[in-house]
Amino acid sequence: MVKKVITGNGASANGARLAKPKVIAAYPITPQTSIIEKLALMVSNGELDAKFIKVESEHSAMAACIAAQNTGVRTYTASSSHGLALMHELLMWASGARLPIVMTDVNRAMGPPWSIWADQQDTIAQRDTGWIQFYVASNQEALDTIILAYKVAETVNLPAMSIEDAFILSHTMESVDIPEQETVDSFLPPYEPKFRLKVGEPMGFGSLVMPEGYMEFRYKISEAMDEARNVIRTVGKEFGETFGRKYGLVEEYKTDDAEVVLVIAGSVASTAMEVVDMMRDEGKKAGVLRIRSFRPFPYEEIRKVAKQAGLIGVFDRSYTGGFGGAIGTEVKGALYNSDASLPVKNYIAGLGGRDITPKVLRKIFEDMFESLNGGVKKEVEWVGLRDGSGRW
Amino acid sequence: MSYLDEIPITPIADKPSTANRTGTWRTFRPIIEYEKCTRCMICWKFCPDVAITLENGGEYEATNDKIKQMVDKAPVIDYVHCKGCGICANECPVNAIQMVKEG
Repeated sequence: MVKKVITGNGASANGARLAKPKVIAAYPITPQTSIIEKLALMVSNGELDAKFIKVESEHSAMAACIAAQNTGVRTYTASSSHGLALMHELLMWASGARLPIVMTDVNRAMGPPWSIWADQQDTIAQRDTGWIQFYVASNQEALDTIILAYKVAETVNLPAMSIEDAFILSHTMESVDIPEQETVDSFLPPYEPKFRLKVGEPMGFGSLVMPEGYMEFRYKISEAMDEARNVIRTVGKEFGETFGRKYGLVEEYKTDDAEVVLVIAGSVASTAMEVVDMMRDEGKKAGVLRIRSFRPFPYEEIRKVAKQAGLIGVFDRSYTGGFGGAIGTEVKGALYNSDASLPVKNYIAGLGGRDITPKVLRKIFEDMFESLNGGVKKEVEWVGLRDGSGRW
Repeated sequence: MSYLDEIPITPIADKPSTANRTGTWRTFRPIIEYEKCTRCMICWKFCPDVAITLENGGEYEATNDKIKQMVDKAPVIDYVHCKGCGICANECPVNAIQMVKEG
């Protein structure tokens, strides 16, 4: 094991290298570019035995990965924001074709207004594509998640996305353990495809299916996503035994006795945990539930936390016009048919890379305590909005 | 076993698409006049369904000696797969392909 100070993009590139993909097809876009730059260098200097395909768009990048993966090899790509949006059609194809492609998305806001900074709108908008989605909170996790994602994806035959925040992780250096190749190989054996195209054996993939036969294929995707929920737990535990870092669908922080719990995804969760410590020093029982896997959605973990908490706040770094944020609505959806009966408040913040400081998070926690005692006055609230009210 | 249990996880056809007899879709049939045809192969290149093959001699042998010396292959329409789109007739530089309505 080698400890190195590297960026989130450096960590993702190393994670991809250690998983030994045979084909990498990618198109550059800020803030993702340095991932594929590093991989291109590794391929050119012989460090990684893979074919690097330079394509003319992200749509083509995913198309190339799909075709290559259909021949029975591991593939990788990376993108961001508008690039991911351009991939949309092929993201659907990858999951429908049941190809365990793994990619990294560096979370970047969608334009206009044009922005290169962090928010989760790009990946939240790909929620329904049938991809497993992991939101990471550190550079170490960015590296680990790619290796873990291949194992999960290849078990359930669904593609998986490792998602890191623009700049906050992608271009910021942290100390990262880079595992040895032999250790990774023992955890992640060579890819054994369940089906593949062979030279001399013509086959058709993704054929037309009549209405009498279509639904069952979609049902199988849904089943695989449900299965992924348990596979992530098992593989995350196994990862911990091999590498010393255990991962689940969520990360709970002081939720056991928390009166208010903030549900949050991405690197901002680590700031929220710091704020929880500050609140606890003042005797205020706050907790954080970090969502690591958004697809499949960790509804059981959320129900468990809701059983003892008094109020749940949900932090969304994106919004779905007309009804708050996606994580907010899904948390509420998870609780509706459960035993829990507690108020949920949705906070929209940090869009287009607006800084989410401990001060901002503290105000959110304080508002959660106020809402716990005095009732939720506003179900969905935009935090830090410069509307002249001075509320935040 | 139910349909759900029988099907694979994604639709995979073990036969190539040539197994589909798409010729039945045709409204207009392209007919090559081999006396006019210069064997330039433009129709063969343009056919979007690879439904034009190249054949040797026999009934397709060029009547023009000059053409015969240059090339010994002639384009032949594969009516099992030709959908009758008419691209070949449109592209033919010597109007050697006529589109005739199917009876």
